[in-house]
This record gives sequence, C-alpha cells and structure tokens, in this order.
Amino acid sequence: MDFGFSLSPSSAVNLDKVDLSLYDRLAAIDPGIRTCIGCGSCSATCTASAYSGMSVRKVLLAMQRGRMQEVEKMLSNCMLCGKCTMVCPRGINTRRLILNACRLYANVEGEA
Amino acid sequence: MAEYIAVVGGGIAGMETAVRLKALGLEPVLIERSESLGGHVASWHRLFPDMSHADKLIKDLEKGLEDVDVQLGAEISSLNPLRKGYSLVLTNGKVYPCRAIVLATGFSLFPAERKEEYGYGIYDHVITNRDLEGWFNGKADSRVPESPRAIGFVHCVGSRDIKAGNSQCSKVCCITAIKQAIEMKEKFPEAEVYCFYMDLRLFGKKYEDFYIKAQRDYNIHFIRGRVSEVAETIDGQVQVKAEDTLSGKPVRVRLDLLVLMAGIVCNADNQTFTQAVQMPLDDDGFFRSRDNVGAITESDRPGVFFAGACTGAKTIPETLAEARSAALNVYLYVKGLK
Ligand SMILES: Cc1cc2nc3c(=O)[nH]c(=O)nc-3n(C[C@H](O)[C@H](O)[C@H](O)COP(=O)(O)OP(=O)(O)OC[C@H]3O[C@@H](n4cnc5c(N)ncnc54)[C@H](O)[C@@H]3O)c2cc1C
Ligand code: SF4
Ligand code: SF4
Ligand code: SF4
Repeated sequence: MDFGFSLSPSSAVNLDKVDLSLYDRLAAIDPGIRTCIGCGSCSATCTASAYSGMSVRKVLLAMQRGRMQEVEKMLSNCMLCGKCTMVCPRGINTRRLILNACRLYANVEGEA
Repeated sequence: MAEYIAVVGGGIAGMETAVRLKALGLEPVLIERSESLGGHVASWHRLFPDMSHADKLIKDLEKGLEDVDVQLGAEISSLNPLRKGYSLVLTNGKVYPCRAIVLATGFSLFPAERKEEYGYGIYDHVITNRDLEGWFNGKADSRVPESPRAIGFVHCVGSRDIKAGNSQCSKVCCITAIKQAIEMKEKFPEAEVYCFYMDLRLFGKKYEDFYIKAQRDYNIHFIRGRVSEVAETIDGQVQVKAEDTLSGKPVRVRLDLLVLMAGIVCNADNQTFTQAVQMPLDDDGFFRSRDNVGAITESDRPGVFFAGACTGAKTIPETLAEARSAALNVYLYVKGLK
C-alpha cells in the first residue's frame, strides 16, 4: 500500500545490543586504541580522507557503535601511508590498527 | 579583652585556616553549623588524584585544632560592627569580639531532584555522586544493586545549565565521575560502565592520566551527549536516551544503576552575610573576591576574608592553599602590615 510517505529505519544505536567483538579483539592486541579522544587529527592529515571518506576517527567510533559495514568500506580506501600515526596525540599506532583490522576481517570472512 | 578571629564554616577550608591562624599566634574561633567538622569532604571516601583517604585528611586537620576554640552546632545570630572589627553573637549565646572574619562556608550540592527528567527520587536505581561516596563509605543503599551489569554516569547535573540556575562548570565532577567509574569497574569488573558527558574537563595534575586509564585499562565507555531522558523499564532498570553527538546518532542503553554528577552551587544563605557586612554578592551567588586573579581570598571589606569553595567551585588542594593564604592575609591585616 502506498501512504504517500515512507519511514526510514531507525538509525538509533542500542548500546545493549551492539556487537563489539571486533573492537574488543583489536583492543586485546593493542589496548591503546581505546584511548582515542576523537580529535580528528588522523582524518585531517589523511590524503584518502578528502576523496574517499576514510577516517581512523570514524572507524574507531563506528566499531564502538557496532556499525561494521561502514568500517569495512572506510578501511578499503586506506593507502597505508601511515601519516595518521604520526599525528595522533594519544600515540595510537593507527596504521597497525588498520592492518590488524584487515587481518581480523580476512579471518572472519575466511571462517564464514 | 581577647581579640578573636572568627572562622565561619568548619569544612576543610575553615579547619586549615584556623590551624594556620593558631600557628601564627592569633586566636581563632571556628564556628560550624553542624555537629561535626570536615564539611563535604567528610562525606567522601577516596580522593582524586591520588586515591588518598578523605577521613585521614580530616583527622590530620583535627589534630591541629586541639587548642583552638571550636563551636559546633553554632551559627552567627548577629554581627555588629565595632570600631575595629565585629562583635559576633552566636546562636548558642556566646559573644566573640573579633578583629577579622574569615568566611569559609563552602558550597551546596545541586539538589538532583530538581532535574526531574533524570528521575532522582522517582526511580529506584538513580543516585547522586554524594550517595555513591556514602555507599563506598559502607552506608547501606538499597538503590545500588548487588551485581549490576550496566552502570551509567551523567555529567553536568545542575551545572552549565542556565535553566537550572547555574551557568558555571563545577569543575570537580568530570574527574569525580571518572574516579567513581573506575571504582565501580573495580568492584564489578563484568559491568559495562558509561559516562555521558558534554565536554570532559580534566584540568588538574594527573587528571588526564585518570581518563586514559579509564579508557585503556578499564574499558569505560565515554559517550559525548547530554542525557535527555531517563525512564524506568518494566523490569526495574533505567533506560537512558541521549544523542551520541560524535556519530550524530541517537543512543539508548538500559542500566542497573545511574549516578548523577550533581554540581557545586552557592549556599542559599550567602546573602545574610553580605547584607550584614554590607558587601556585594557575586552574580553567580557566591561571595565576591576583591579580584579573581590577584586577591581571591580578600573581600571589598576591610577585615573580611574568604577561604575555599564559598567563592566558587574548588578542589581540595586549591581550598587548602586559599585557607593558608587567607590566614596569612589576616595576620598581615591584624599586625597592620598590609
Ligand atoms: C562529589 C564531590 C567529590 C569531590 N571529591 C574531591 C576529591 O576527591 N578531591 C578534591 O580535591 N576535591 C574534591 N571535591 C571538592 C571538595 O569537596 C571541596 O574542595 C571542599 O569541600 C571545599 O571545602 P570548603 O571547606 O570550602 O567547603 P565545604 O566542604 O562545603 O564546607 C563548608 C562548611 O561550612 C559549614 N557552614 C556553611 N554555612 C555555615 C554557616 N552559616 N555557619 C556555620 N557553618 C556553616 C558547613 O556546614 C560545612 O561544614 C569533591 C566535590 C564533590 C562535589
Ligand atoms: S594510513 Fe590510511 S588512514 Fe592513515 S593517513 Fe594514510 S591513508 Fe589515511
Ligand atoms: S588522531 Fe588519534 S586520538 Fe585523534 S581521532 Fe585519530 S585516532 Fe583518535
Ligand atoms: S566538571 Fe565536567 S561534569 Fe562537572 S560541570 Fe564541568 S564539564 Fe560538567
């Protein structure tokens, strides 16, 4: 039936139900990733960011909110240049984080 | 005739001021409204940034007061100017001619029930920062569940809130929330702990280290967004709604315990003092220093001084430093050196 309008699915994040397994596994490898303060230095310096939407800040946030599809899309645009690691004030090894995330993704998909 | 220095308020500010005045050879009288000394700090358990024990701090201050005239359960009932100083009549009938007065009456904790949308006093599992310190001190509290699986902290309750009548930041509650979040995580390692904040203001020595520790070692979740509403669920939990402003998405979570970080507000009766000695009150309702940079412990009135949180939110080290400064200023004033 056409009511002349449609409802978009709720974008609300239900923290009781988010799947943090990938984030927790990455944090087990390097607990430092939990110290992100969302300052945006990584994204500001990232060459890929302007063209592709890659952002380590957004990757970390999306992982914490269980939005894994967004993570995957962003990661695929990284050139692994490592500039983001140089600027992070919390000293997070963001380049290694990206590599670790890719590795875990490969495993998850390998398992499936 | 003995010439006293009246110290009004027996919190840590008043205690330290009296200890120092005595050491400087003056005769303080410490006037405390309640039946015991220590003020708010007497209700706290462990103190940031070193997790030292609040009761130890108060006991140490009490040691220095053995030879000081301490009037408990007393307030000023009238205050009359003399040629040099003031004559104080206390509610217990005692009269003290005083050369100078140090106001150390501290602050009040924002009454959390006034933010009705957070459900304090309405829902079963909503408490304040003060309640939690009491529970850490061993006070039974049926609102704290035996084994909570999810705990939330709401920052800025009654602070930075013009509608609630307080536009100021209380400055101690961000670090207190992080301290309490870590303490809860230590007690309940299985629980998820969330802090809902607008800005994290961690200005003091070692405060940022607390934050990093809370993130990295305790996996405490920080959500940037003000809690908009709290509702009780059918199974007695509280559901919290906020916007995760970093991702621009609404978030909700069910909690077994919600802790409100009630802010630091001025005492309602500050005006009685300012009227009695004819000095203006500051526009935030606290006492007004002669100068907020160079003369924070001095008032516009000769012989009237301030120490501690009665001029605005203060940490303990700041309060103690001001108490020492006030004592020194009184000494210089009484000796005619300044
Ligand atoms: C939840 C919370 C936790 C905190 N934890 C820490 C911490 O861990 N570390 C830290 O550095 N700081 C902490 N603080 C800050 C600390 O509590 C203050 O710095 C301190 O209480 C200020 O002391 P004060 O003596 O100025 O005021 P108060 O503690 O408010 O004492 C004022 C005293 O004056 C008395 N009084 C008031 N009016 C009158 C009157 N008219 N006549 C007689 N007596 C009167 C009161 O009864 C009270 O005893 C915390 C604050 C909060 C809200
Ligand atoms: S490593 Fe990837 S995310 Fe980091 S700056 Fe380079 S392209 Fe951007
Ligand atoms: S630079 Fe570091 S702290 Fe800042 S947003 Fe990126 S990862 Fe987080
Ligand atoms: S210290 Fe933090 S919680 Fe307290 S009022 Fe300031 S910003 Fe809010």
